[in-house]
Amino acid sequence: MTTLDIKDLHVSVATEDGDKEILRGVDLTVNTGEVHAIMGPNGSGKSTLAYSIAGHPKYTITKGSVTLDGQDILSMTVDERARAGLFLAMQYPVEVPGVSVANFLRTAKTAIDGEAPKLRTWVKDVNSALERMTLDPSFAQRSVNEGFSGGEKKRHEIAQLELLNPKFAVLDETDSGLDIDALRVVSDGVNRYTAQGDRGVLLITHYTRILQYIKPDFVHVFVAGRVAEQGGRELADQLEAEGYDKYTRRSDAPAGAGAAAQA
Amino acid sequence: MSTTIADALELEHVESHLHPEGSFEVDDHPVPTGLEEIWRFTPLKRLRGLHQDAPLDGAAFTVDVEAADGVTAVSVPVADSARGASGYVPVDRVSARAWQAATSVFEITVPKDLVTETPTVVRLTGSGVEHAAAGHLLVRAGAFSHAVVVVEYAGSATWAENIEVVLDDGAQLTLVTVQDWADDAVHVVSQHSRVGRDASLKHVAVTLGGDVVRASTSADYVGTGGSVDLLGVYFADAGQHLEHRLFVDHTAPKTRSNVEYKGALQGQDAHTVWIGNVLIRKVAEGIDTFEQNDNLVLTDGAKADSVPNLEIETGEIDGAGHASTTGRFDDQHLFYLQSRGIEEEEARRLVVHGFFNDVIRRIGVPALQERLVEAIEDELAEHVGRIG
Repeated sequence: MTTLDIKDLHVSVATEDGDKEILRGVDLTVNTGEVHAIMGPNGSGKSTLAYSIAGHPKYTITKGSVTLDGQDILSMTVDERARAGLFLAMQYPVEVPGVSVANFLRTAKTAIDGEAPKLRTWVKDVNSALERMTLDPSFAQRSVNEGFSGGEKKRHEIAQLELLNPKFAVLDETDSGLDIDALRVVSDGVNRYTAQGDRGVLLITHYTRILQYIKPDFVHVFVAGRVAEQGGRELADQLEAEGYDKYTRRSDAPAGAGAAAQA
Repeated sequence: MSTTIADALELEHVESHLHPEGSFEVDDHPVPTGLEEIWRFTPLKRLRGLHQDAPLDGAAFTVDVEAADGVTAVSVPVADSARGASGYVPVDRVSARAWQAATSVFEITVPKDLVTETPTVVRLTGSGVEHAAAGHLLVRAGAFSHAVVVVEYAGSATWAENIEVVLDDGAQLTLVTVQDWADDAVHVVSQHSRVGRDASLKHVAVTLGGDVVRASTSADYVGTGGSVDLLGVYFADAGQHLEHRLFVDHTAPKTRSNVEYKGALQGQDAHTVWIGNVLIRKVAEGIDTFEQNDNLVLTDGAKADSVPNLEIETGEIDGAGHASTTGRFDDQHLFYLQSRGIEEEEARRLVVHGFFNDVIRRIGVPALQERLVEAIEDELAEHVGRIG
């Protein structure tokens, strides 16, 4: 078993009015074999958590730690984190003009594995990964994310997840903007990935819809830069019925006070 | 046919620096001071007198030719040549001096109706910069011919040159010029193409080497249906000055032009200049033109100048536009690639290749495309330590 451990994570971002703290003490432990859903209203810091784990230069860690089996992730470069076993499926995947999907995937696979994939099996792997995501094989010749529809971008992210097969996947609102068919295709991909058993998922979402297809073991409610409440998948049902209102209304309350205040 | 054009040109004489008065006489072109619009970006001091009175009698170069079957490529004395066939008249002093100094013309002739996929390659290799030299190249593509001509420059030289290109009706010509000079070469070249009715020219300028390269490339049309693609790829290293001046003169109706140059710069005092001029004359109704220049600045200390100009004398056109971008590396690109485990250096290489790819894959000559990708790889490899 491998553990991704986030302790007392504080993160700020530079704004015109000075540094603004977005994450205010996040504690979260994800083991391989577990699916954790992180739910929360807009602006609660869900995406900041995802980008901070991946190492986006825009975010500054002011306090706390993120470790992968005790290894300090925060001292690693972005690519080192990926090679250590982290993967971020982005909410808004970046267009890279002129770089073909095929070239990109092969380069990434080579970097992650430390050696070039065997050509014959690799082409087959790529084609079947694209096919499972209902992407045409000609997709491999297009420039990375350039001119892709919103749904194609998300399916391309999950195709990468399957091909690169990291230890931990952070899925940042992969479900947003997907129609129901694409949502099923994407969820099936994530489920195939977790079915391997020794993989961990941090599923960030605004909606409960995707949780009908991907069953989380744990649900965390994220409000104002920290975990306001956690529970099992029944918590998702409760959010579906009641929304985030009760959390946002007292978003200044200290973390952990949520459960007590519910009554 | 030619009188029609002459009449057209005369009818609408346009006062503009876009189309200065040409003259074959050197004295009609005063020694530039560097303040002139057409010279203000060029480091005159590094031209070794090409723009003044340096003798153009050097002979320290060799020419190798591999001609496709049916294509002739030979040097002929000026008197026996078809020099002037493109209607070109020198518009600057270096060009006029080269015109007067040239004793022979290298003529590449694609006969009427000849269709060949095999490139005709002319390779000029210089072996010294002390004695400046002048050259004249004339490429003629006969009616309905289809051919590829590659002109390569290598070694060391101080080289003033005029290139004329003539496409007869219906001809399709891909002309590639590769500036692969040594670090000390100086090359000032004026190239003019005259495009026949329904003829199609694709010119690809690849500029990698040399201390100073200044290439002025122009085209006009003698009939409707003419098409011009001017594609360019350049990569400037520390201290290099690479200047491309484009002028498409829409002298006939229903013609099209597309100018697309992409350049990367790295190292202290790497300097690129791109001037894109398009003139749409009154007669040129129903034309379509677009010009674009993109520059990717890889390091501090490098400078890209980019000036697109569009002069429109008729509103009756299908389309006209231009775009120019100069940017540094996009951190979002790097983050995305690195988040997939790709090291920063490799990610930068991917982004640079990607940047050039859009133009390179439109060249349409696979062997050349591959070579170009390798050349860009070499440029990056040489300086990878300095990037960042």
